[in-house]
Amino acid sequence: MALNISSIREQFPFLKETVNGQPLIYLDNAASAQKPSRVISRMSRFMESEYANVHRGIHLLSERATAAYEKARTSVATLLNAPREEEVIFTRGTTEAVNLVANTWGRENIRSGDTILLTEMEHHSNLLPWLKLAGDVGAKVEFVPVLENGAALDLESAKRLLATGPKLFAFVHIPNTLGLENPVADLCRWAAESGATTFVDGAQSVGHQPVDVQKLGCDFLACSSHKMCGPSGIGALWGRHELLAAMPPWQYGGEMVDRAYYDKPATFREPPARFEAGTPPILEAAGWAEAIAFLNDTGLDAIREHSVSLANLAAGRLREIEGLRVFGPEIRQSGIVAFSIEGVHAHDVAFFANERGLALRAGHHCAQPLMRKLGSISSSRASFYLYNQQADVDALVGILHEAVAFFR
Amino acid sequence: MDNELYQAVLLQHSKQPRNFGPLEHATHAADGHNALCGDEISVALRIEGDTVAEAKFTGSACAICTASASIMTGEVKGLTCAAAQALAGNFRLLLKDGAGPDLPKKLEVLSGVHQFPQRVKCAALPWETLVSAMKSPAA
Repeated sequence: MALNISSIREQFPFLKETVNGQPLIYLDNAASAQKPSRVISRMSRFMESEYANVHRGIHLLSERATAAYEKARTSVATLLNAPREEEVIFTRGTTEAVNLVANTWGRENIRSGDTILLTEMEHHSNLLPWLKLAGDVGAKVEFVPVLENGAALDLESAKRLLATGPKLFAFVHIPNTLGLENPVADLCRWAAESGATTFVDGAQSVGHQPVDVQKLGCDFLACSSHKMCGPSGIGALWGRHELLAAMPPWQYGGEMVDRAYYDKPATFREPPARFEAGTPPILEAAGWAEAIAFLNDTGLDAIREHSVSLANLAAGRLREIEGLRVFGPEIRQSGIVAFSIEGVHAHDVAFFANERGLALRAGHHCAQPLMRKLGSISSSRASFYLYNQQADVDALVGILHEAVAFFR
Repeated sequence: MDNELYQAVLLQHSKQPRNFGPLEHATHAADGHNALCGDEISVALRIEGDTVAEAKFTGSACAICTASASIMTGEVKGLTCAAAQALAGNFRLLLKDGAGPDLPKKLEVLSGVHQFPQRVKCAALPWETLVSAMKSPAA
């Protein structure tokens, strides 16, 4: 079923903004997505009549806030098809979720001489916490290579490296640069056969297509609200309950403690509370739940199809520009199109595009080692989501032709 | 709009940068990197006595950064290190306010950059790298 784009666009107030008198075209969705009216008004309403701290007060507003916060947990659990709601831990976002697992499960389970397996296409957020852990405990880090031009993960190498028995395989579902989707279910199956625990970075996939942790067969998965039309400042870690239950706390303070004393060790609550020290992102949880409802109403399959088809259209027409190289596979598997243009620096492209109302991303996209390997330290990126339309692709292509003529 | 930032002279410098390439017999060198946008630039100097006798640069950078480096390497040639350092300070003011004391005419082409805060780093990077090169004798 195709999306009703004009009806969707009416629900996004940011589209009324102009740049130098021209309509704003937003193609920086892989960095963060825009917010529909119903998320914005849900958050206002929550602050007006439902807000207080959660899990503490025995009063009306605290009850309302707690109900909304826990309802958000249910929404995320349902979105991911998690077997149990308590398996969803709210974090600040994907980055914090990776750091949480590295600092708890990682420190309990990764020993000197163990191997952590990553891929060459990881965002810094799913790279640096593991490198830090490996450095601290004396573990080895190995990388599944990417194929030429970032066309795919080298699956033969993945199988071979998994067979050597790494303790952990942490990898991205949809990388933020290459326009591809990794075969998560296969990778998790091979990992399980070799006894490796799996951590999936779902920042670019959850909310952009159906993601079912039970079908994927992973052990941990992380995602962020702001990439799926919800507010920034909240995300989630999903983990299999038996793993979470065995993990020590990460941050200490209110909410996560069971019994505290002056003179003997404290005891801690069961997950998810154990991993949610302090006042959580309450307002953000309410907003995220509304965003998830919006995406479900719109249809995740249709959203994926729409974004990918715009990306394919864009990639095809961009390749017609002389000296322009699109990274990743020939046929897009996600809504992301990253490219470099010979003789025109990405930073100039993004500036030139902004002057014409077009928001692009320029730089290394928080994946410096990958961009270095692809031979381009700085590239441009257009990423599509549900409110983008074919006219946006036309504008992108036209502006890039202009930019090439101007700078080259 | 574009024309305020990308003046014709600036585009000329970025398309055909002066003093671009490796410097043989460099006595001082440093690398500069803008983590936000990926500009990478290396500045190499031959310092004789206390004078910058030769200055060249290499790297991959945007039009603003490349043009800034192209003009800079021409301007500092023949200056004492102290004078080059002072010029770098005055250039910083140009990027901040759109004007600075004792600036050679050729640098005026970069006076528009101060209106575009997100591009100030691009123009500043070569000069920051120059200052750090003057403090870094080549091994």
